[in-house]
Amino acid sequence: MSTKPTPRIRVPGNAKAGEIIEIKTLISHEMESGQRKDQAGKTIPRKIIHGFTAAFNGKVFFEATWHPAISANPYQSFFFKAQESGEFTFAWKDDDGSVYEAKAKLAVG
Amino acid sequence: MALHKAVTRRDAFALPAIGAAALMIAPRLAHADAAAVEAEIRKLYADRKPTDGRIKLDVPQIAENGLVVPINIEVESPMTAQDHVKAVHVFADGNPLPGVLSFRFTPESGKAAASVRMRLSQTQNIICIAEMAGGALHSASANVKVTIGGCGG
Amino acid sequence: MISRRDFLQAGAAAAAFAGGSASLGRLAAQQRLGEAELLRFEPLGNVTLIHLTDLHAQFMPLHFREPSINLGIGEMKGRVPHLTGKDFLAHYGLAPGSAMAHALTSEDFVALARNYGRMGGLDRIARVVEAIRAERGAERCLLLDGGDTWTNSWTSLQTRAQDIVEAMALLKPDAMTGHWEFTLGAARVAELTKSLGFPFLAQNVRESEFDDRVFEPRRSFERGGVRVAVIGQAYPYTGIANPRWMFPDWRFSLKDEDVQKEVDAARAEGAGLVVLLSHNGFDIDRKMASRVRGIDVILTAHTHDALPEPVTVGRTLLIATGSHGKFVSRLDLDIRAGEIRDYRYRLIPVFSDAIRPDPAMAALIAAKRAPFAAELARVLGRTEGLLYRRGNFQGTLDDLFTDAMLAVRDAEIALSPGVRWGASLLPGQDITFEDVTNACALTYPNCYRTTMTGAQIKLVLEDIGDNIFNPDPYAQGGGDMVRVGGLGFTIDPYERQGRRISELTLLRDGRPLDADRAYVVAGWASINEDTQGPPIWDVVSEHLAHRKVVTPRPLGAVRLAGTP
Repeated sequence: MSTKPTPRIRVPGNAKAGEIIEIKTLISHEMESGQRKDQAGKTIPRKIIHGFTAAFNGKVFFEATWHPAISANPYQSFFFKAQESGEFTFAWKDDDGSVYEAKAKLAVG
Repeated sequence: MALHKAVTRRDAFALPAIGAAALMIAPRLAHADAAAVEAEIRKLYADRKPTDGRIKLDVPQIAENGLVVPINIEVESPMTAQDHVKAVHVFADGNPLPGVLSFRFTPESGKAAASVRMRLSQTQNIICIAEMAGGALHSASANVKVTIGGCGG
Repeated sequence: MISRRDFLQAGAAAAAFAGGSASLGRLAAQQRLGEAELLRFEPLGNVTLIHLTDLHAQFMPLHFREPSINLGIGEMKGRVPHLTGKDFLAHYGLAPGSAMAHALTSEDFVALARNYGRMGGLDRIARVVEAIRAERGAERCLLLDGGDTWTNSWTSLQTRAQDIVEAMALLKPDAMTGHWEFTLGAARVAELTKSLGFPFLAQNVRESEFDDRVFEPRRSFERGGVRVAVIGQAYPYTGIANPRWMFPDWRFSLKDEDVQKEVDAARAEGAGLVVLLSHNGFDIDRKMASRVRGIDVILTAHTHDALPEPVTVGRTLLIATGSHGKFVSRLDLDIRAGEIRDYRYRLIPVFSDAIRPDPAMAALIAAKRAPFAAELARVLGRTEGLLYRRGNFQGTLDDLFTDAMLAVRDAEIALSPGVRWGASLLPGQDITFEDVTNACALTYPNCYRTTMTGAQIKLVLEDIGDNIFNPDPYAQGGGDMVRVGGLGFTIDPYERQGRRISELTLLRDGRPLDADRAYVVAGWASINEDTQGPPIWDVVSEHLAHRKVVTPRPLGAVRLAGTP
């Protein structure tokens, strides 16, 4: 089951200064809740992505903490007020210590 | 009659009657309740009392799929350095655990709005608390019905 | 020979005539219900909306008994469309025994059905639509199809709706929306909707990943000098009521805000008339009309209600056109400066013996049915009494289905979905394979056999009960109450979930259902993927092969309790 989680991002490439843009993200992940039992009746250990951050030019502007109630292949959408050109960095933190990253450029003009 | 029955007894497989009956009927795990949600909120904000208003909590009245329930939260705020939404927390009072998520916003967010998709194991209430930069707390709640479904129409 | 005048005034006595001589009744019906009379309409204003809905792919004329029980809960109590029988007739001042009384209620159903003959037939509908366009001028008319059009006949099932899509194309609709259409599967729906030549509108269907639209939300038309915006609203609970695995990447929703956005955008673009082509169902539409501003007309569907007058909510007109091809709605509107100044409405009953078939449509239908003619006509048995389904609770046709499942699947309890479709059969009528499939032709027909505990059965009944009787229409989803065989229960619709169902009894031994005991249960139309078992039409056919003659028994296993 454990294929490497792959992020997908929808973010506009261009924006006007002061414009509020919507960013949509998805990442493939089973989000094993830690509440399910296997066929032998043993609890399947929890393995979720518990943290998400969105930064622009190195500064975090949105953060999310996710509990096991978040659906598999977690989706997160949020907003950003564009002021200058630069680069987004999105990071997902897995229970197992892995961090998955994605980047996107934004041109403001 | 024997033949009558024999002809179609080839099936073998048995599936629950209607809808996702299997899922919903599965032995109920212990689940959170209103008190558990309250305890979580107290951990964060002690005895500070939230007031209604400013939060638009958008959830379906009936979940199409209990495993993927869209939730969109928008808090009214100018999102300036002085006056913005700092955090939003969401709880569910009928899931195995009460916590669903927390968001942290900044003035750079532009807008205190975000969407995710959540799992709801049964019909329950969703409770949302927003913390403003000035310290004020606001809350909103909504019920989401989780149904076995079926029966066409 | 009775005169036209006699007949019109005879009222309920018409039934007596019909009892002795069907042919006399039919003849009288033809004289009395001439095509000219049925189509007569004093035109008004600049725009005409023509509405068809919930045909359920029925090409041919049929009998369809309207419900005798259709409870309104909460605010809907005692209000149309939750009036039936004599209450309905009194509300609209319809004479018992009249043609409209027969078309709209279950009163004296058998006698009047023999008298007035069948209703519907897509070739008759084509004639009605063409006549309206000819009289009014096509440039003033919009033909809108509310959905549940493509499925639930044997030929549509066998052709994956190719037959009905081609037939509907002859009518040249301007737009449609849908519900059961989605049970053809996402790929087939995508394929068909791309080649319709008119838009399939649904503002409330989105891709599940990034929430992208799947269908066009609305379309503007110029009619009679007015910009008309039509917003499509598919059945919002399709993913709950029907198998979601057939369209796993589509998500349906019910949001006033989203509809409001479309209305506002349409107004901003200069729409003088805003129409919601809806498959919400009447109660949801009524509530939506009170919450969304700026909709002029809601063309309702899904709940199969037929009302001879519009219902008004604030400034919104709600139209209810019925089902199975029994009616065509014509709404003439006088639109000036972006509002309705006046309107005139007629729910046109499609009496099959009175309206001439359109030759082109008749030819197409004949061609589409020809490859299946032999199997459709195969006689499986005969009924001694009236067989019908529609109503909140079990009908006699449902008893045939649940009896078949109990016998053929050797079950203690049978469950049959409370879909609102399925034609009625008159006493003495042969039961053909077509008649059976008209009540069960769907894309997930497997008749399963499983075990459920008494507690699980109660849970399922409570869940479905709340989908029908929740006092908030937005919390209702699906069709009528699930039908049962081998099981008796009492239902109090006015209670809350968990407290509606009581006195569950296994009819085989008359004992109360044991919460912990496992019972053998058969059923069909499960929304679970990979449901195993023979298709339900084989089960019913096999049952009829043994039974030969069906004698409907009194419906007593479901008892209604409680007070509104």
